[in-house]
Amino acid sequence: MTKKSYIQAITDALDIMLKEDPKTLIFGEDVGKNGGVFRTTQGLQEKYGEDRVFDTPLAESGIMGLAIGLGLTDWRPIPEIQFSGFTFEAVDSIAGQMARMRFRFNNKKHSPITIRSPYGGGTHTAEMHSDNLENFFTGVPGLRVVMPSNPYDAKGLLISSIENNDPVLFLENLKLYRSMKADIPDEKYTVPLDQAKVVQAGNDITIVAYGAQVQEAQHAAEDLSKENISCEVIDLCTVSPIDTATIFQSIAKTHKVVIVQEAQKMAGVGAQVASEIGEKAIMSLDAPIGRVAAPNTIYPFALAEEVWIPRKQAIIDKVKEIINY
Amino acid sequence: MKGMIEMAKKSIVDFSKIKKNLSDIPKPIQVINEHAEIVNQDIFDTFSDEQLLEFMKKMVWERALHEQTMNFSRQGRMGFYAPTAGEEASEMGTVLAMEKQDYLLPAYRDIPQLIQHGATITQAYLWSRGHVKGNEFAGRSLMPQIIIGAAYVETAGVALGLKKNGENAIAFSYTGDGGTSQGDSYEGMNFAGAYQVPALFIVQDNNYAISTPRSKQTAAPSLAQKAVACGIPSVQVDGMDIVACYSVAKAARDYIIAGNGPVMIETLTDRYGAHSSAGDDPSRYRTKEEQQPWLDRDPLIRLRQILTNKKLWSDEQEEALVKETKDACKEAIKEADQTEPEKVSDMLKRTFEVPTPELQDEIAKFEEKESK
Repeated sequence: MTKKSYIQAITDALDIMLKEDPKTLIFGEDVGKNGGVFRTTQGLQEKYGEDRVFDTPLAESGIMGLAIGLGLTDWRPIPEIQFSGFTFEAVDSIAGQMARMRFRFNNKKHSPITIRSPYGGGTHTAEMHSDNLENFFTGVPGLRVVMPSNPYDAKGLLISSIENNDPVLFLENLKLYRSMKADIPDEKYTVPLDQAKVVQAGNDITIVAYGAQVQEAQHAAEDLSKENISCEVIDLCTVSPIDTATIFQSIAKTHKVVIVQEAQKMAGVGAQVASEIGEKAIMSLDAPIGRVAAPNTIYPFALAEEVWIPRKQAIIDKVKEIINY
Repeated sequence: MKGMIEMAKKSIVDFSKIKKNLSDIPKPIQVINEHAEIVNQDIFDTFSDEQLLEFMKKMVWERALHEQTMNFSRQGRMGFYAPTAGEEASEMGTVLAMEKQDYLLPAYRDIPQLIQHGATITQAYLWSRGHVKGNEFAGRSLMPQIIIGAAYVETAGVALGLKKNGENAIAFSYTGDGGTSQGDSYEGMNFAGAYQVPALFIVQDNNYAISTPRSKQTAAPSLAQKAVACGIPSVQVDGMDIVACYSVAKAARDYIIAGNGPVMIETLTDRYGAHSSAGDDPSRYRTKEEQQPWLDRDPLIRLRQILTNKKLWSDEQEEALVKETKDACKEAIKEADQTEPEKVSDMLKRTFEVPTPELQDEIAKFEEKESK
């Protein structure tokens, strides 16, 4: 066990997978000698050589095409897109190509690719760096979207993603990168994909969250416990596909739910969770489904982030509203 | 105005001259010209009679394949089909220069190359109709790429993979003249150049992207010179001359396999038919007068004349081969007709390697429905 940041946990996972599987390749813009703009690939090129960890020209579609081609020739690519806002440049390669490979070729070909990309607000980045774009990708069949909320899961989920033989979009939260540390095992371990986690047990209401909002939800739950409101907090971990069983199990006990996301409300993960509950578990509820999300605007300019991003207080307010319905 | 910098009397750079120099491109490579005259005897002499016959047979095969497929298309028995007539020299000439271990990333008009590289006609027909069984190619190739340009970025990746594997193989891909305007076409060639990988990019320039003439795609005097932007050697070849197309493709492959990095080839050709069977009508945007010179340059005519003069080829031989090919097409469509329709449960099963719990639920529901 070593206390590690979210970034260090990711580096750890990459180091383990480079060592264990000679077919793994890490590439992207500035991931080599520079060690990545956030130091997530720090020291890896030095340790494993330029054949395994290398820089690419500055072109996201080209990087993803490279990944697809390498996947077709028996490699296991772990490409990086420097900031998730730049995934727009590569949407065809991701959604139009790699996500369909297994389907198109009737299992004869596949794309064992893990795309790493940072996202998320609260660090005053320039435009198109912090956007929460998971909504664009959760509707793509054949693609998994994984969004860890802490260092332990970041390492375990990344290893699971790399080992998985289907493409994974692994979104790393910029705000969490250095803001949280946790004791994590030094050796290899995995956290299963497609499974949500109950990160805090409670009886009165279920809060479903993912990414940086898990921490906000936990802080909200702590404050609410002082008012004798017991919250069960669920971390989705994988936002596509969504583990609805864990959510249904929880609301069968609490009968109330609030779904929290940092992304804009429109057609997001929260909407999907709400509709699944509405379709399959509505009778568990004795209050409307509460949702906390960002306003339906373009992602704000840096100075306006704090009035825009949903935080602890928004969750507390929504929980009280649903509890008192 | 006082204080304003006066226009220099002498310009530091002569852009007009630079622009004019862009048009200073070599003539397309040719071995047999449109009058069936051998214009490069040295290269022509490197081919045996058997090889020339093989070229002829492959072109006749492709033309017959096209004609029969077009017939099926008119009868409503095909799905999406992009006519290939006129491009036989370009398509067969380049693909015949490749080896079985090479990896083909075709575009949607490259069905003949795909069959030449290992797919069956039945598979090609099933692909056209829209059936997954059409995509299970035995050879090293992807299915025809519908997203123009995507094959180019993937080619760079496949080529890097082959290089890393230490394989004696190249990746080769086709696009059309319109495809060269795509960002992915540039990115693919530029990545291949940056990594010096074994990739061959073939641009089949038939002067039209659906209805848009090549002149509206770019101001570049040739498409071949676009490779200059990526530091890749490139060449224009007479795409109606199979001996030239083969020779250039073979030279490119030899150069690439020797570890010299990628090459780009532009074949100058013509699409005799419509863009596709999906309702395109070339008479809306092309005149007979404009197309006539290309029809006169038919790749089959000139080689046929040379081989007939050499007493190596006869109308009877050609008719027999056409019949044999069309019969094979008829067999193939029968086989395609007999293919089991797809089931939703199977589609769900191949979305991920291991179906997620939700997919498992859906699979169970559809299997129940399908068993009734």
